[in-house]
Parts: sequence; structure tokens; C-alpha cells
Amino acid sequence: MSTLSRQLGLPRLTRFTGRFRRLLTATEFPLRAPSTPRGVAPLAKPSRVGADYDTDWARSTTAQVARAALVEGPMRLAVAGLAAPERTGMDRLIDVDGPLIFAANHHSHLDTPLLLTSIPEPWRHRTVVAAAADYFFGNRVTAALSALTIGAVPMERTKVGRKSADRAAELLEQGWSLLIYPEGGRSPDGWGQEFRGGAAYLSSRTGVPIVPVHLSGTSRILQKGRSLPRPSHTTVTFGRPLRPQSGENASRFAARIEREVAGLADESTSDWYQARLRAHREATPGLTGPTTGRWRRVWALGDRRRGTKPRQRLWPDL
Amino acid sequence: MATDPRRQAPRPGLVLDVDRSTPPLLFHHGDNFRLEKLPAGRSRVIYAPEPLPGLPDPEGSIREALLNPIDHDPLPSLLTPGMKLTIAFDDVSLPLPSMRRPDIRQRIIEQVLEMAAEAGVDDVHLIAALALHRRMTEAELRHALGDRIYDAFAPQGALYNHDAEDHDNMVVLGTTRHDELVTMNRRAAESDLLIYVNLNIVSMDGGWKSTATGLSGYSGIKHHHNVATMRESKSFMDRHKSELHHSNWRQGDVIKNHGPRIFQIETTINNNTFGYDGPLSVLQKREWEWSARDRATFMGMKKGLDLMPSRARRSVFNNWKAPYELTSVQAGNVESVHEVTLENCLKQHLVPVEGQTDVLMFGLPYICPYNVNSVMNPILVMCLGLGYFFNMYRGKPLVREGGVLIMSHPTPWEFHPVHHPSYIDFFEQLLAETTDPLELERKYEKQFAEDEWYIHQYRKGYAYHGVHPFYMWYWGAHALQWLGRVIVVGGDPRSVRRLGFQPASTMQDALELASDVVGPQPTITYMHNPPILMADVT
Repeated sequence: MSTLSRQLGLPRLTRFTGRFRRLLTATEFPLRAPSTPRGVAPLAKPSRVGADYDTDWARSTTAQVARAALVEGPMRLAVAGLAAPERTGMDRLIDVDGPLIFAANHHSHLDTPLLLTSIPEPWRHRTVVAAAADYFFGNRVTAALSALTIGAVPMERTKVGRKSADRAAELLEQGWSLLIYPEGGRSPDGWGQEFRGGAAYLSSRTGVPIVPVHLSGTSRILQKGRSLPRPSHTTVTFGRPLRPQSGENASRFAARIEREVAGLADESTSDWYQARLRAHREATPGLTGPTTGRWRRVWALGDRRRGTKPRQRLWPDL
Repeated sequence: MATDPRRQAPRPGLVLDVDRSTPPLLFHHGDNFRLEKLPAGRSRVIYAPEPLPGLPDPEGSIREALLNPIDHDPLPSLLTPGMKLTIAFDDVSLPLPSMRRPDIRQRIIEQVLEMAAEAGVDDVHLIAALALHRRMTEAELRHALGDRIYDAFAPQGALYNHDAEDHDNMVVLGTTRHDELVTMNRRAAESDLLIYVNLNIVSMDGGWKSTATGLSGYSGIKHHHNVATMRESKSFMDRHKSELHHSNWRQGDVIKNHGPRIFQIETTINNNTFGYDGPLSVLQKREWEWSARDRATFMGMKKGLDLMPSRARRSVFNNWKAPYELTSVQAGNVESVHEVTLENCLKQHLVPVEGQTDVLMFGLPYICPYNVNSVMNPILVMCLGLGYFFNMYRGKPLVREGGVLIMSHPTPWEFHPVHHPSYIDFFEQLLAETTDPLELERKYEKQFAEDEWYIHQYRKGYAYHGVHPFYMWYWGAHALQWLGRVIVVGGDPRSVRRLGFQPASTMQDALELASDVVGPQPTITYMHNPPILMADVT
């Protein structure tokens, strides 16, 4: 470059940049940002990530159309190829109008694409996904991608705050449905975790019914800690919409939602009537598994771990 | 959708006097349609009432009906852990066309089973009460009951079709004061509680007919499915003037005294057969209210149907699932429940009509109760026209005695060999000899009813019972006796003549032929059906 400018008789570029830099460093406040006096705590920069990430743009018409194309195109194809889903119980939603909160158990990153392609119309393309603020909204790039591709909204799970709950309630009141995983994160060992009260609280606050959803098989495809998916089959079972009963607080309602999801799990592994008989006898197997030592919990998973065994290598690593 | 004025305030039925400004009228013509101009000044058209609004909370209404039944204890109080519970339900012949999922039977039975599960009832059987109809296929059972119920009961053998020819599993409950034998499915008869789930599409359905016919066999059914009874049923759609129903009610008395305890659940649906939107919605509108879009849809549909082979046309129509809505559900004592059901059913169907005419006209659609997912053969054409449609009256028939019936249907010489084997023999052999119902009954009914091959196909295949084509013929016995002539417009002349009717290629020809019987310038009634209507003739 410098040779070229010399040949053309132009002044060297570095001379200009150096002069500009000197000019900048020579300028004083207010042309330059003030320095913080010692002994004074600097003002925190307003956060634009995590729970503070603004997802409004991802619900614009353009973004919605783009997301619908993604969900109905590549996402549906990928889900069909990887998960071969069997979807049941959609008829239980036939009489419902207005927004819904879909509360599902959570085993895998595949759960969200599977559900976004399974939730029936008219809710499918008017659903936002409650996503962990600390995980999906950690930086601007992942936040934007999550908001655009799955319609994620940040949900605080590591500290107590009303901000994300207020925003979710606002969206429900605007007619958006919400997909939420009340366990708060993916299962670490194949068994479910206790349901937290967030979904129940939102339902009590807004009057929007909760649809319990049970997913099975996604942990076989892409369980927590794995990076490459392995195709298998899955089932998605939708339950009857639930509303809070009079005098029922959020934690009791959350426990009821958990029982309903456990009932759906029982239904998908046995049959509907046997599951109902057990439910009325309060003998439905729980989602969280036995409270025993680790190996016994893994052992008790039994058939649910089918397909997770690593492929046997012809020649072992030595 | 919710703001559609037709849904908010449905209009009652209408009798329109045809004048020169009346547009050509839509006639169903099997799996196609015709537009016909009727003579002005002497013709009238009867339109069905618009669909009544469905119940806003069907699940809640079903629960309410089970918890507060009519003249009966609430269902939960009848359910105990060690009991034998049987749930019988109407078969594939209802509703017509099949309804969109979830079917009403599924909604009701799921709630019944939920209560049974709460009570801890383990011994539950579900039986399709199909009498002498063909067995329901797995797909049809799944459609009617839903996958959850099917997967919970069918693999264990606890969900199955009634088999009227399995004599080990049929019991005789007694005889009526008219010496009518009463038989019933053994499992149902020996249950501690029999719950019957009915779906009333017309006023003929339900009441004691559900159990006395649906769970019975030939030896019980023959007492009311015969020529004499059908001729005395005026009409068989009017329960209190129907000998068919009187006989069933007498059998019901025997069941009441010697059979199981019965908890009857009856439902009615509205007239929303073709929907408010979509390609077929035009069929539910009055012709002068067709918008430009409706007309374009109709013309496109007609052109498409004209180009299709009949198999494809049949497939298109058989795939149509009606968006019916539940208008009432009531449970409890059979007789008390049925009176409420009838009231609700007639609220949807009844149209007041004054006087009779010389000629009555129908456009027969592609479906009747016995050709669901099947072929509409000529015998079923006769049954639908002279049986069902002709009898859609209360008071007196729409046509005077000795009058003419004109029906529009292609009437192809075509049969479903799996579903209707005995129909083929009935049509090709018996009708070639005579069309007199009494003679057919006297000479051939027993032979067909006891034919081993037909019985085998009924039990192991998907065939209607050997005697079933006779019943179809008897269904039209009252009309055959009443009418002076039956003319079929656009029908296969060979089939029409075999039925004993007269073929006509156009409506104009049919009216010319009719004038030979009823004289020139006859008065005409066109019953614009479906959606279903019932004339209250004074």
C-alpha cells in the first residue's frame, strides 16, 4: 500500500491515522468520556444480554414469517429424520380457545424443535419459548439466534426476579402461547426433575390454562452432554388443559402439573385406562425416579436408555 | 367464525313457493350434483333449518349429564371395584357422514371410563352394537373411540364388535306379550351395568332400539324388521306412530325386567353437515344466497367431479368428515332420556308444511347408513329414497296416496363384494323374479338369513348379514304401498328397471312420465335434503 501511494504521489495513510489518534488523545472532556474518580463505584453498564435481552423484534411480522418458514421447512424435516415422532392427545385441545401454556418435561435440546413442530394450530406459530437467560441469552449472537429461530424469550432461572415473569405474563395477555419446561433445565441422568412453580404462577396470574405435555425418547437422540444426535423414535403426548383450582397455590399446582405429566408418561408406556386406574389409586410412577444411589437410578431407567449405549469399536483405543 | 351471523341466529326451515325468479335448484345426485329448474306456480321447496349452535362446553355438559342423570342414580354411584361393566355404542352407520375427530362417542366414553377408573373398575368391555350390520374395522373403531381407548382395550380383547351369530355368546331374555323373542349379547346381558352410548342423527335412533336391536340377533330382530311392521310404521321416524318402535319398546320391557341394569346416554348433533366454510359449504346454503365465490366453487367442484372416475369421486366424498357439533346430551333412564332426545332432535329437523302434493322429489346423496366407506348399490338407493327420505315426515306423507316419487341418483349396477355379498344375490336373482316385499319375505328371507356362507362372511369378514338386503327392501315397503310410481332421474336404466322403477334421463322427462299417473300440471314438493329435515305435514 505504502509503495503504491508513493508511486502515485499520495500522502501516506499512516500519517493521517497517527494524527487522528493524537487528536483524540489530546481532547478533553466533554469531547472525551469522563474518567471515574477513584473511590467511587463506576455505574454498571446497562445489560443487553441475559434476562435483559429485548426480544420484541423477533415477534415482528417479518421475523414470524421467517420463523414459520424455518419451522415448517428444515426444522420439520430434521425432526422427522432424527426423531420419527408419534404425536397423540391433540384432540384434547379441540374445545380450547385463546393462548395456552405448554408445560413439558425436558431431556434434550431436541425437545424444543420437536414441540414446535408438534404443537397444533392455531397455537404453533403464536408460541414463544421460555429459554434459560443464562444459557441461550449469554451473548448477543446466541440471543439473537435463539429469539429468531425458536421465538425464545429469556427466563431467569439462577436468581429471583420478576422481570422475566412479568414479560411472559405480558406476552400471554397479548395472545401469545408459551412453551416452558418447569424442571428448569435438561435432565442430567435421564430421570425427570421436580417441577418448579413458574408455569403454575403464570397460569394463576393470567388465567391461561396449562397443557401438560410428555416427551419421551429425545434423551436417546441427544441427551445432555452429547454433541452429536443419534436417530431414534419419540412420542409427544398432550394432556387435557389444567386450570388452577380455588385455593391452590403455585407450588401445589406445579405438583399437580407434574403428576399429570407423569400420568401421560404412564399412558405412553402402558395404556390409557391402566394409567388412569393407577392415577386414581395414586400409584402413577413418578417422573423423578427412585431416590436411591446413582447406579440404581441408572439401572432403574431400564428400557428408557435403549439406544444410548456407545457403538462398539472394532479396535479399542489403546 | 364466531361472529358468523348464521351461527348466532340460525334460521328455521323454509317452504319456498317456486316462481319464475327462483334459480335452478341443487339436487344431490349420488357422488355428483344436478341443477334443475322446477315448474313455477305449482312447485315448492322445503329447506332444512340452519344448524343450531353447538353446546359451548361439550365436556362439561357430558359430565353434568353423567352426574345428574334423568330418573336414574348418578353414574359414579353405580360403579364399584369388582363389578362387570359393559359399554355398548352405536356403530359405523352413525353419524352420516362420519364426524370430525374427536367423535362424540370418544368424548363420552372417555368420561365414563374416567369415572370407572376412579371407582377402580377393572372388568370393562366395550362392544360395537351393530346388530346385523358389518363389523367395524380397526380404523373405524379408532375414529369413533379414539386411539387411547382403542389401544387400552382392543389388544386385550375387551373392545370388539357384537356378533349376533355367536350363539354361545347370545342369551334369550324372554318373550314379549306379543310373543316376540328378546335376545341379547351375553356379556352385555350378564353385566352388572350396561352403559349404552348413542348418537341420534334422526328421530328413528335411540331409546330401546339401541339395546333391543343393536345387541340382538336375527331371532329377536325379525319381529320388527318385517313387511307388516314397516307398513304399519307411519312413519318409522315418528316414534309414537311407529310400529317398529312399539315392538322395540315391548322388547325393552323384557330387558327392563330380565336384563341388565341400563344407563342410557343419548346425544343429538346439529345440521352442520358441510361446514360454514370450505369447499362443500355451498351445499348448505339456499341457492339464491350463493355468492360469486360459492358459484365458482360449485362449478369447479362439479367440473372436477365430472372428470373423475367414480372410484375417485367416492373416495373424495368418503374422506369428508362433517364438522357436526353436539347440541344436547342426556343420560339416565332409557325412556325418559329418549323423550328429551327426541325433543332436541326435532328442534333441529322439523319444518311445518301444509298439505300434500301429487309429486315428491328428492336428490339422493352419496351416503346412507349402510355404505359408509363402501359402495351405494341400487338396493341402498331404494332404501335411502323410499325408506329414509320418504319417511322423514310426521303426520302424513308429503305426497298424496297414489302420487309419484321422483328421485335423482345415478343408481349404478355396482356392489361392494366384501360388504354386500348377499345384496348381489338378492338383486340379481330375487329382484329379477319379484319386487313384492311380502313375497320376498315369505319365500326367501329365511334362506338368506340362515345361509352358512353369508353367516361366515358376517362373522369373519366385513359383510352385512345375509338377511340385511331384505330389511332394506322392507324399509321401503310403506312407500311402495303408498306410491303410484317411482321414477329415477339420471339412473342406470337396467338397475332402475330391476328395482321396479321407471328411468328418466332428464327432470323434464320425469315430470312427463309422472303426469301419466297423476294427471297434467301436477303439484310438486322438492325436499332439499341433506342437511337433514323432517316435514311436519298438516
